[in-house]
Amino acid sequence: MSLHQLTSHALLDLIRSRQTTPREAYADVVARIKAVDPKVKAYVHLAKSEPNFIGEIPIPIAIKDNLCTKGEEITCASRILKGFHSPYDAGVIERIKKSGGSILGIVNMDEFAFGSSCETSCYGPTFNPWNLQCVPGGSSGGSAASVAADEAMWALGSDTGGSIRQPASFCGIVGLKPTYGRVSRYGLIAFASSLDQIGPLTKDVKDCALLMNIISGYDERDSTSVNEPVPDYTKSLVNDVRGLKIGIPKEAFVEGLDLEVRRAVEDALDLLKKMGAVIKEVSLPHTPYAVATYYIVATAEASSNLARFDGVRFGMRAQPASTRKNALLDMYEETRAKGFGDEAKRRIMLGTYALSSGYYDAYYLRGQKVRTLIKNDLDEVFKDCDVIMTPTSPTVAFKVGEKVSDPLSMYLSDIYTIPANLAGIPAISIPCGFSKSGLPIGLQLMGKAFDEEMLLRVSYTYEQNTPWHLKKPQL
Amino acid sequence: MAFKETAIMSQFETVIGLEVHLQLNTRTKIFCSCANQYGCPPNTNVCPVCLGLPGALPVLNHQALLSGIKAGLALNAEINSFIKFDRKNYYYPDSPKGYQISQFDFPVAKDGFLKIKTGNEEKRIGIKRAHLEEDAGKLVHDNSGSCSLVDFNRTGTPLIEIVTDPDMRSPQEAYDYLNTLKLTLQYLGISDCDMEKGSLRCDANVSIRPVGQTELGTKTELKNMNSFRAVKTALEYEIRRHEQVILAGGKIVQETLLWNDEKAMTVTMRSKEQAHDYRYFPDPDLVPFTIDYKVIDGVRAELPELPQAKFLRFLSQYGLSEYDANILIADPGMADFFEASLKEYPQAKKIANWLGGPVLMELNNRKMSISELKLTPKELVTLIARVEESVVSNLVGKEVLTMMLDEGKGADDVIKEKGLAQVSDDSALLVIIDEVIAQNPVVVEQIKSGKPNAAGFLVGQAMKRSGGRANPKKLNELITRRITGA
Repeated sequence: MSLHQLTSHALLDLIRSRQTTPREAYADVVARIKAVDPKVKAYVHLAKSEPNFIGEIPIPIAIKDNLCTKGEEITCASRILKGFHSPYDAGVIERIKKSGGSILGIVNMDEFAFGSSCETSCYGPTFNPWNLQCVPGGSSGGSAASVAADEAMWALGSDTGGSIRQPASFCGIVGLKPTYGRVSRYGLIAFASSLDQIGPLTKDVKDCALLMNIISGYDERDSTSVNEPVPDYTKSLVNDVRGLKIGIPKEAFVEGLDLEVRRAVEDALDLLKKMGAVIKEVSLPHTPYAVATYYIVATAEASSNLARFDGVRFGMRAQPASTRKNALLDMYEETRAKGFGDEAKRRIMLGTYALSSGYYDAYYLRGQKVRTLIKNDLDEVFKDCDVIMTPTSPTVAFKVGEKVSDPLSMYLSDIYTIPANLAGIPAISIPCGFSKSGLPIGLQLMGKAFDEEMLLRVSYTYEQNTPWHLKKPQL
Repeated sequence: MAFKETAIMSQFETVIGLEVHLQLNTRTKIFCSCANQYGCPPNTNVCPVCLGLPGALPVLNHQALLSGIKAGLALNAEINSFIKFDRKNYYYPDSPKGYQISQFDFPVAKDGFLKIKTGNEEKRIGIKRAHLEEDAGKLVHDNSGSCSLVDFNRTGTPLIEIVTDPDMRSPQEAYDYLNTLKLTLQYLGISDCDMEKGSLRCDANVSIRPVGQTELGTKTELKNMNSFRAVKTALEYEIRRHEQVILAGGKIVQETLLWNDEKAMTVTMRSKEQAHDYRYFPDPDLVPFTIDYKVIDGVRAELPELPQAKFLRFLSQYGLSEYDANILIADPGMADFFEASLKEYPQAKKIANWLGGPVLMELNNRKMSISELKLTPKELVTLIARVEESVVSNLVGKEVLTMMLDEGKGADDVIKEKGLAQVSDDSALLVIIDEVIAQNPVVVEQIKSGKPNAAGFLVGQAMKRSGGRANPKKLNELITRRITGA
């Protein structure tokens, strides 16, 4: 087995027992990238500077194109940010570097994280390592594909409505969206500030716990980060679910859910039941409104967050050919017209409308109220459940181009993942089987705020008793 | 443009409301740790946060919040313990994020008032709200007109915007309000309130209505006034314009106008139709929080004595005249200097005279404030004491003050070095007196024949000969004795 095929914790064992060096491992992964990335297209570019390999956990990592990394061109896969070389490191990047993490490169995403397929990137799509005709999911599609294709030992992504979990599910790996406030957002180029959270995409649950140990914790530069003690997440890796209560929302198993996905999740449920977990049917009556609510709140925040991309200080600036009376307005309009892709424009318009004078109460304010109702639903269920289990996505990975002209069906891809963002709670996606066509299926576990440990424990138990995480795509 | 003078003032009532933006003098900016400093080279006090770089996040400077609470309490306002910030969205190159962080529905303070003195009356001006926000950058236009540059040093300077109710009825009242507000804020020490440096800016809303009508007329908003005087002049102009339009059968259009100080007229900036939809919404990067009432009480307990209270205390405690007290309280530094001087030399009236007279004159000549002056209370009272002890005359005392300030020396040193002490020594004075008597026999005869007032002339002559240093009392005494033998 080559080094790049290992999990991070297995590689770490080899490094610690001096059977390999961080430099050797890094070179091995880079060689793997050179071999298969022309097919997968997970990377936007490789890192400009050599890592120093000094630190406790010198593991090669891929970074999503929306995490500010000093000296690197960071673009959110958008033309409008072309040429922006970040002068500073995001909070998580500082932590990665401090731990010895070696940055391999910057990986692809949907433009500004607007999408569930990685197809809205200005660099073109990334392909699913399990089937190169399929999408890897999104928006952290590059992160998920790079890990699944062994082009990275692990990766960082961001999750606003499912952008870590859905691609993890499509690519057959583990993806965790931490509790809102668990990980500093400082240096994450914002999509929807009240929903965004950075998290790990890894080859197994133990790696997930390890990477969480590195990136979690309070950051005084992010007012929304929470000053709660960070546990050692590897301590939650206990192969035991006896007596734990798993809630199954009846709203989850509805029309639109792919039969193979349904069966895989039900099988997982049976297994956990056999292992001693208590299964409980629960209800989340307001979750049918989650997608609509999300597209109000998230686009409203996005419309404001993306205002700073105006051509004045960084990134792209259009030079309007014919100037009207107002050269400044011309520059703004043309920069944004040329710089943003269709999906970005669609969301900016939706969000601008939702915040407009006279519509604010009907849309944004009401959206926030429904958000509270959804959170209340979840709080209620968690009074008597340790985790809630659903599919991660209603389908397995779809074909490239299949949904690109149908935004609504694309939006429904996030139907199971969105409630956790709206409620700010942690949620994880882990592999739970394969479709007949050979594509991975993922299941989602949601937990109480700041109880990532419970998610890791249940995931670890399931993983230790199933073979899914051991399978590799043929490339 | 000149307006016909008409006797219309009586037909209309003027309604004015003011919005004052005040830069707070906190050490760092409101949402990042960059220095909050005026006059630095362009784009030196900047960081990812105030430059609005992708991924950067704001963190509230609590000192700015405390200053806001302080201002609110001094304006007798209710403090909102629920602290929330909102985004005001608009595009302009000096606004790096494409939105300004401000407070929309929960201003830090609301429903207050400020008592002002206007003419001989006291009037209460309602304070509708005071909210915290960040200042924008500064555009610098290239002389050739080919490009504009942005200086982001000012971006993120903490501001408090203080909005009055439409309670003022004349430009003079607006002027009086601004002066009282400025003085109050200066006492709080939260801003240097310098309009020239832009740390205090004022916009005015004005409308007129027929006397007796309760409904408000259509208002216009005036911007770009660079002094309180300009606010008053602009309002006077705008009110006349409103009257002319209405009397000619026209209608006032709701719009924002810029005051052109050189041409002394207002020019349309944007109409109501062009008004922005700012799309306010809560800033998700700044989590709302509730401040403990103890924090508010703490700020209240530390509020300094405000100008009106100090004025009354100076009257009762030191028996000063209203005139003297007014001069002293007009500058918090002056009032402090006065009380510090009193500790050294308990003569309130004399110190007040010196501060309000020679010292104030020096300040005006030097265009300085008392804190910038090289003068300590101790040195001032030493000088006053020397005058009282007749070591120097009142007139020479003023010259000594000028020299003290020029050279940064103490009163006694100046008197000694320049040899300014009065000559009271009999033998020295008698030499001069004998000369004067010898040269003025006619005057001497007059005195001898019972016109003692004529002695004044001889005193003057003797004083001249002494170079102003003779003690005039002593001179008079010696001359009279010499001539009458009394």
